[in-house]
Amino acid sequence: MPAARDDGARGARLSRQTLRQRFAAYLLHHRQMLAAGFGRLRRHPLATLMTVMVIGIALALPAGTLVLVSNAKSVSGTWQGAARISLFLKQNLSDSALQQLADRVRTYAGVASVKVITASQSLAEFQQHSGFGDTLSLLGNNPLPAVLVIRPANAYTTPLAAQQLGQELGALPQVAEVRMDIQWLRRLQAMLDILHRAVLIIALLLALAVVLIVGNTIRLEIENRRTEIEVSKLLGATDAFIRRPFLYHGAWYGLAGGVMAWMLVLFALLLMAGPVAHLASLYGSQFHLSGLGLKGSLTLLVSSIALGWLGSWVAVARHLRAIEPT
Amino acid sequence: MIQFSEVNKRYAGGNEALAGVSFNIEHGEMVFLTGPSGAGKSTLLKLLALIERPSRGQIVVNGQNLGGIRRGQIPHYRRKVGVIFQDHKLLHDRSVFDNVALPLIIAGVAHQDIPKRVSAALELVGLAHKERALPVMLSTGEQQRVGIARAVISRPPILIADEPTGNLDPDLSFEVMQLFRRLNQVGITVLVASHDHTLIRRLGQRVLSLRAGRVVAPELQGDAHAGRA
Ligand SMILES: Nc1ncnc2c1ncn2[C@@H]1O[C@H](COP(=O)(O)OP(=O)(O)O)[C@@H](O)[C@H]1O
Ligand SMILES: [Mg+2]
Repeated sequence: MPAARDDGARGARLSRQTLRQRFAAYLLHHRQMLAAGFGRLRRHPLATLMTVMVIGIALALPAGTLVLVSNAKSVSGTWQGAARISLFLKQNLSDSALQQLADRVRTYAGVASVKVITASQSLAEFQQHSGFGDTLSLLGNNPLPAVLVIRPANAYTTPLAAQQLGQELGALPQVAEVRMDIQWLRRLQAMLDILHRAVLIIALLLALAVVLIVGNTIRLEIENRRTEIEVSKLLGATDAFIRRPFLYHGAWYGLAGGVMAWMLVLFALLLMAGPVAHLASLYGSQFHLSGLGLKGSLTLLVSSIALGWLGSWVAVARHLRAIEPT
Repeated sequence: MIQFSEVNKRYAGGNEALAGVSFNIEHGEMVFLTGPSGAGKSTLLKLLALIERPSRGQIVVNGQNLGGIRRGQIPHYRRKVGVIFQDHKLLHDRSVFDNVALPLIIAGVAHQDIPKRVSAALELVGLAHKERALPVMLSTGEQQRVGIARAVISRPPILIADEPTGNLDPDLSFEVMQLFRRLNQVGITVLVASHDHTLIRRLGQRVLSLRAGRVVAPELQGDAHAGRA
């Protein structure tokens, strides 16, 4: 029979397969498993959609919160530029002494501009805004101090530099008290830092959840394909060969979950854009919420793929070894 | 080609499935492994496929001591031993073509070589026209032949089969056995477990007989056969 004569030649050809051909076959298997993994997602659309939704939500929560925190940080950053230092001066400072002091303060490197509010201007302003005008006039003499309102130069608007400038100015003998409206900004920033850290911790926990979700899904998949795994092992499949489709499958879950998370964040930001623009307009600001951006989007997708891969790796490492032909 | 020396196999449950089994199968031989149910035929074949490990003794296949094969090397060993099962172990969600091609894909054979080798293997078992069929669309005999095509496609020097005709009627059984005979004639060493004595006698090959885990002499086997009949 023909096979008899063929045998030797075929065997020789098999062993003569070049390294390049083997590598090509190896790459082809990777490509096929990549495609097969996607095919498996499509084969059970409802189950896949639910898993992908869970992954998407788990990733969208930290991603969305991080976007909000970084928006808040950038807002507080622009507010810093508007930081004011108010020097409340001691009583009974003459108008000429006041002007002299203002001129002196203007020479400070950190000072961009100085606005002088005399004691009587303070009083007039207070009377106009508070409605206590009559009460104050009963007091006879003016209890309000003169004030120098200082706008720090650009290089002095960071909380630390502004703080130092304020201390320096507060050391002047005519100054009774320094009031810095930067203080609350520093606190806000500190709180945002804590929030940022907290979101990162939650993100880590949710990333772990994604690993577990994918791991469990892949575990079921391994269970469903037990026979295939056993037969492949009997036919001489290496662990890497058997792992491959599951790893791609998990990576697809990760990618799909990442895209879902991306869309959820986008959707949430769209819903918030209107109210935020309204709030900004009340402050006379042009502020707009910024989204994930290219870098954020790529980070989200890459890490979701990595988490999917990791999840299936965990499942595969735990369960594939246990499946041996009997 | 296949050498057993004082091989013992005791399962975790305490059963001694094989006790002091020694024999030698030459390169290019075809041997039938017989014996009543529970004699240890499947166990012996599982040791050859490295599905089980012996408790004691030494097995040498094609010059390679199986005791020295670590877990990571098992896949490469198995590619050189074609295995056929009574229940075929075909993958039912794949076409006949894909089932038969699987060993080649596992071995990393260049994909442009795969179709013609699958065709050749299916032609060998007389199923060239069934490439696109799913296993469920085939009869039991045809499924068994697909299993044989899959076992021989990577041209292993050794072929082992565990009761390959257990589910087939006598005519189909004879056909399948003749197929093994033809494979043997092209130089493959073949070991077939079977308790179909009529069929074995008809094929007239060497017989290795097991009883309760021990190799028994052919005349004893004849007695056992007579006693049972
Ligand atoms: N996995 C196992 N665990 C425990 N005992 C087993 C196992 N497989 C087979 N045996 C026992 O080993 C003996 C030989 O079985 P087997 O090799 O299947 O015989 P055969 O194939 O000749 O019917 C039997 O007594 C059987 O019960
Ligand atoms: Mg058996």
